[in-house]
Amino acid sequence: MAQTNTVADDLDVARARAYQRRRRLVLILRFALAVFIVGSWEMTTRVGCHGPDSATCVVDPFFFGQPSGIWSQLVSWVQKGTAQGPLWEQIAVTLEETVLGFAIGVILGIIFGVALGRNRLLSDVLGPYINVLNAMPRIVLGSIFAIALGLDIQSKVALAVVLVFFVVFFNAFQGVREVDRDLLANARILGASQSQLSRHVILPSALSWILASLHTSFGFALVGAIVGEYLGARKGIGLMIATAQGTFNANGVFAAMFILAVLAIIAEALIMRLENFLIKWRPNAINNPATM
Amino acid sequence: MREADAKGPAIELRGVTKRFVSPSGKSFTALRDLDLTVAAGEFCAVVGPTGCGKSTTLALISGLEPPSVGTIRVFGEPVRSVGRSVGYVFQRDAVFPWKSVLDNVAMGPRLRGADTEKANIQAREWIARVGLAGFELYYPHQLSGGMRKRVALAQTLINQPRILLMDEPFSALDVQTRALMENELLELWASTGASVVFVTHDLEEAIGLADRVVVITAGPGTVKGTYRVDLPRPRNIAEVRFQPRFIEIYEEIWKDLRDEVLVSYERSKHLVAS
Repeated sequence: MAQTNTVADDLDVARARAYQRRRRLVLILRFALAVFIVGSWEMTTRVGCHGPDSATCVVDPFFFGQPSGIWSQLVSWVQKGTAQGPLWEQIAVTLEETVLGFAIGVILGIIFGVALGRNRLLSDVLGPYINVLNAMPRIVLGSIFAIALGLDIQSKVALAVVLVFFVVFFNAFQGVREVDRDLLANARILGASQSQLSRHVILPSALSWILASLHTSFGFALVGAIVGEYLGARKGIGLMIATAQGTFNANGVFAAMFILAVLAIIAEALIMRLENFLIKWRPNAINNPATM
Repeated sequence: MREADAKGPAIELRGVTKRFVSPSGKSFTALRDLDLTVAAGEFCAVVGPTGCGKSTTLALISGLEPPSVGTIRVFGEPVRSVGRSVGYVFQRDAVFPWKSVLDNVAMGPRLRGADTEKANIQAREWIARVGLAGFELYYPHQLSGGMRKRVALAQTLINQPRILLMDEPFSALDVQTRALMENELLELWASTGASVVFVTHDLEEAIGLADRVVVITAGPGTVKGTYRVDLPRPRNIAEVRFQPRFIEIYEEIWKDLRDEVLVSYERSKHLVAS
């Protein structure tokens, strides 16, 4: 008996070791891939250059930037600030617009999604209008908001809200529609009133749909804020991009993009935490390390 | 309460027809001119081929669906909406996956206005009665199919329904678990004295459990025959099926049921062919 135990233990140890080895391999390959891409970018922008004319290089760094140039741009922003003030201030402004737009859009999306999902008449009446609004390229509304709400934060928040709303709305609506009919019937039999049905059955059931939409919709909020700033602003990362574009500073555009990517990744991690916290009742699907 | 019982049957369906209209405008008759009475405290099993409207019957009694024609009375009162005296165990798992076992079972009393503490005390009692003590904080996905069925039973019985409707509740369970659950159901039922309508397509299960078996025709469903099951109680499901009387009853009912099953089978063949 003891012998079989040790055999099983050995197998476990071997399996754990194999797992560790594989993990290390994946990490090394990932790092190698990054080095390869950034390295070849840097190389091609340095090879074959004759004199001061960058157009002779294999890849013209004037148009396509250069990793080292992007890095020094970031360093200079951090140390000397940007054309419109210190870097952290630009980040703070853009983040504020994004988070506000995200929050308002999510709340409105859930409210309307659940209301229309539960009310057939309302959804039949409003359905076509919502589809029309959704089909329109709503990003153009940014111009209207810039005219109507001015160059301050409001116009960007409004654009972010409009972009976020529809994503969350459609998911919440679908989530409500997909509620298991047996669960609804069961709750009614157990004695649930209409509002209790919403609270105990419909919202929790729609929650996984709504949470899934948060991943995409945070990206949309960021797009709304950036495009809003791009169309007219006094501060923000979008304005930094517009300025960089205006001065033919490709490295500046890439550097701003890099900052945005970091923000988006941090937000994604926070949303993931929220999701795991809110749906701990679900089988392990979301806690899988495979999603890292 | 006794008075109401003495007055008449617990459940009474008179000339009930149920038609469903599909979104494309086609109408489909699930039940046609169905009469059914269930006495107070009676265990009535309803058998019939697949798609004969057995589940529809339960939905009508519970008040989840209104009949197209006919009247349905529960304890003499016409059914207009979901009644408080009804409990319903569904064929599929209808426990709430986002609630722990405790919250699932406590849901009935809480929805009906009991405060959380009282509801939880009651729920713990029922969880213990269905043999799940110690699993209060588990979520449904962590339990086996049989355990989830126990949760569903506790969740239903905690409301002390005087009418218990069961829609093929054990059909998804393996044979051993099923026999176990059937025995436990009989014990629980004996202590509550509720009237039960138990829908199943399994004739053995129907005879083993019930006082009376009602055979429904292939859809549109109507009553083909009713049979009294005069096997003594308490019964052990695993053993009762070997009694000669059980086999007699089985043969008698099967003659009726077989024709309907054949009709239903022929139809499904045509459906596949066309």
